[in-house]
Amino acid sequence: MRLLIGAFLAFLIAAVIGLGATWLALTSGTAFGAITIGAWTAWPRTGTADIDPYARAAIARSGELPTGSGDGIAFYARTDDAGRALDGRCETLLRGVTPAARFWTLTLYDPQGRLVTNSANRYGFTSQEITRFADGSFQIAVAPRARPGNWLPSGGTDRYVLVLRLYDTPVGAATRIGREAPMPAITRRGCP
Amino acid sequence: MIRWLLWILGGILLGGIVHLSTVLLLPSTATRDAYDRLLASAPVNAIAQLPAPTPEKALLPFMDPAFSAAVCRYDLSGAPLKLTSPVTQAYTSVSFYTRYGVAYYAINDRAAGRRVIELDLMTTEQHNEMPEEEDVTAADRLIVDSPTPTGLIVIRALAPEPGLVPAARAVLIKAQCRVQPQ
Repeated sequence: MRLLIGAFLAFLIAAVIGLGATWLALTSGTAFGAITIGAWTAWPRTGTADIDPYARAAIARSGELPTGSGDGIAFYARTDDAGRALDGRCETLLRGVTPAARFWTLTLYDPQGRLVTNSANRYGFTSQEITRFADGSFQIAVAPRARPGNWLPSGGTDRYVLVLRLYDTPVGAATRIGREAPMPAITRRGCP
Repeated sequence: MIRWLLWILGGILLGGIVHLSTVLLLPSTATRDAYDRLLASAPVNAIAQLPAPTPEKALLPFMDPAFSAAVCRYDLSGAPLKLTSPVTQAYTSVSFYTRYGVAYYAINDRAAGRRVIELDLMTTEQHNEMPEEEDVTAADRLIVDSPTPTGLIVIRALAPEPGLVPAARAVLIKAQCRVQPQ
């Protein structure tokens, strides 16, 4: 009898720990070899055949096709530089420059990777659409209501994800964080 | 007491095994991965144009809306495949994915160095069976080895501004993906 209870306890612990750890790893985006610059994180190995088993399971679950490393690299931001989750009801400013790339695009998604409905039908910017300051840097306002300059509508959703994709870029797994890869700062300017 | 601790320890160890095996098995059991999502809209060994993602409808999550895209769902079990795609003025890339969405190869227009990206896709066995002379004479042919007999090729053409979407689409319509009998 004691043997039976013991075995049952062991299997219960195994199921809870095993499945719980898998669920946690796949929902929180655990993958190896991440590059983090400010609020931005990229997983360069996810775009290669060396993709780790966690990222492999995560893409199978979400259904996305990762950006191949010969194509470019995608940086994800879910929080601002202070670590607060990005909130579509607030005004958030992106300011700075991007690493060297032939083109880049910035897109706003909801946490599931869908575009966010807005009256302007704008879901992002490409490096050619943006208006810049004289020194080549730029500022983008992510806000629910129209802003002068580069305005990226947040559609008023509560949580969103910003994805900055660099195409044809030297940035990759070997990139050292710092001067080689400057990313725009993300700051919250105000919440209603 | 010690016996209970041993049971708990055993449970934790078994939990680790459960965790690792579920992570490793998940890709082959997932039913909503990219390949499955494209099954209905992409015929085998032919180019299918992917509709631009909108908030209401997107075939795949996290698609870049600045790009027009076309997909070739390939099956190499019969013969190798030849992919040709013209390129736009701005930026065009071709990415290869296995059946389970692993991006094993990607190339852009500049790396391909031509007006038309031309690639031969085959399995490693088909590559090994290729006559050697042919391999030499075709030194400038780009040959890609697919790790799985089935998978996806995605051709992406950038429209740097909305007015250039028709130009990107026009290029993708000329892309071809055809079985190459040996």
